[in-house]
Amino acid sequence: MAEPKPDLDTLPLKAQASALDFYYGDFQALKKIDMPIYEKRVTALIGPSGCGKSTFLRCFNRMHDLYPGNRYVGEISLHPDNVNLLDKSVDPIEVRMRLSMVFQKPNPFPKTIFENVAYGLRVRGVNRRAILEEKVEEALRAAALWNEVKDRLQDMAFNLSGGQQQRLCIARALATEPEILLFDEPTSALDPIATASIEELITELKQRVTILIVTHNMQQAARVSDFTAYMYIGELVEFGWTDDIFIKPKNPQTEAYITGRFG
Amino acid sequence: MSANRLSHRASRHVKERIIESILFLAALVSVATTLGIVYILVKESVVFFNQVPLWDFLTDTQWTPLFDDAHFGIIVLLSGTLVSSGVALAVAIPLGTLIAIYLSEFASARAREFAKPVLELLSGVPTIIYGYFALLFLTPLLQKLIPGLPGFNLLSAGIVMGIMIVPYVASISEDAMRAVPMSLREGSYAMGATRLQTALKVVFPGALSGIAAAYILGISRAVGETMILAVAAGMQPNLTWNPTESAATITAFIVQVALGDLPHGSVGYQTIFAAGLTLMLLTLVFNVLGHMMRRRFREQY
Repeated sequence: MAEPKPDLDTLPLKAQASALDFYYGDFQALKKIDMPIYEKRVTALIGPSGCGKSTFLRCFNRMHDLYPGNRYVGEISLHPDNVNLLDKSVDPIEVRMRLSMVFQKPNPFPKTIFENVAYGLRVRGVNRRAILEEKVEEALRAAALWNEVKDRLQDMAFNLSGGQQQRLCIARALATEPEILLFDEPTSALDPIATASIEELITELKQRVTILIVTHNMQQAARVSDFTAYMYIGELVEFGWTDDIFIKPKNPQTEAYITGRFG
Repeated sequence: MSANRLSHRASRHVKERIIESILFLAALVSVATTLGIVYILVKESVVFFNQVPLWDFLTDTQWTPLFDDAHFGIIVLLSGTLVSSGVALAVAIPLGTLIAIYLSEFASARAREFAKPVLELLSGVPTIIYGYFALLFLTPLLQKLIPGLPGFNLLSAGIVMGIMIVPYVASISEDAMRAVPMSLREGSYAMGATRLQTALKVVFPGALSGIAAAYILGISRAVGETMILAVAAGMQPNLTWNPTESAATITAFIVQVALGDLPHGSVGYQTIFAAGLTLMLLTLVFNVLGHMMRRRFREQY
């Protein structure tokens, strides 16, 4: 954190949310969100339960399309092509081909370790054994899991520990070389040691991918992120460099939340 | 005050004990009935096996219990049961699985609300009606396709029996697939998978043991089915593995003898208990297998 902070205008953008509203049926869960996502940086979304941080995250890969009655207004443009990924003419499957997601609870598929990591590639029509083997190994190495599982790739994924399962899910998400990796409270179901290893991993992964992480753990946001966004009841209250937000927040509400007086 | 309270609780306790005993008795009736059936089957079968060696029962290739030269090869009846059940499963498993995949993964909530009761209605149709449907509708139809098909045949009975089991297989498989956690589906969609890929590559394998249980429970229904076979497959014992022939199944034979005028206590009459015991063991094995798989499936999540 000692490094001098570059001017925000000079940072390359990976995505930009503009005037984003989101509705679950009649209930408006997100209100006029404007927020940049900078390339190859970690952006943390924090805020009390029900503030809309997960809802916001799930807009990026159009997960809300899976359920009826959900509606987006406004846009999230994906760079460099500058396409509004929320546009009705954009196929959500194509969006999900470019963004991967890691969920709150590890959710490995009922398949072998190898097939879990190969899943995204197979879905994309890659079936050549040599390519799959290469990509699976690379993804498992990137997720710091290779050494633990290299001799048991044909074991069922359920046999792994919780922390290993979550790293497997990260490997699965990485195997398709996504442009943005979305983390939805990835350590909330894990013990402190597994949490530490996932956090370390996230810090390493930002070399290769843009990361957006929802967390209810403020220390975690402070440890892993470059930028932090504080949300409250569907609104973005404050966005900025993580150390600015944590050391000298501009908004008194943010300060109250961060210092633990609220939320 | 406190003594009053204590006595009040005690009276409630007695009431609860009475209700508990009534419920227990109700449960006991069904358990006792089952035990009674097993007891009679075993007792009467012992009488049978005192006259016919078990070895002959298992290895003889003729079933002529009512002739002077009596033979008691259960394999003859078993072949009819297995062939008709095989045909039924060849219909019910693919159809039932497809319906389950559709209902669980593709159908809208509305379509599901409509289709599920209809399916359950289908499983409430009396099997005698299915039997006549096979004999009077399906068999003539099949006879046009397969010349020389006898009026009674295992194929027609088996197909209709399969249709009868479809709702059963579909309903249990659908339950199993719906029990697969939403988080797995979301994980699959998040990887860019389509609905079909998610259904086939994640939900189906995730529900596999539950689906296998549905298949096995379907098998045990097919094996125990009586009316359709008695009506449409014929009563002639016939050792065959060819579904286009006519053959009696274990169940059809039991009906025939039970309704006939054989004297109680004769070996011919005793055969139905040995046949019944065989049938019960067969369905018992399948039921136990099916429930074991169901339990294993529940533990998985």
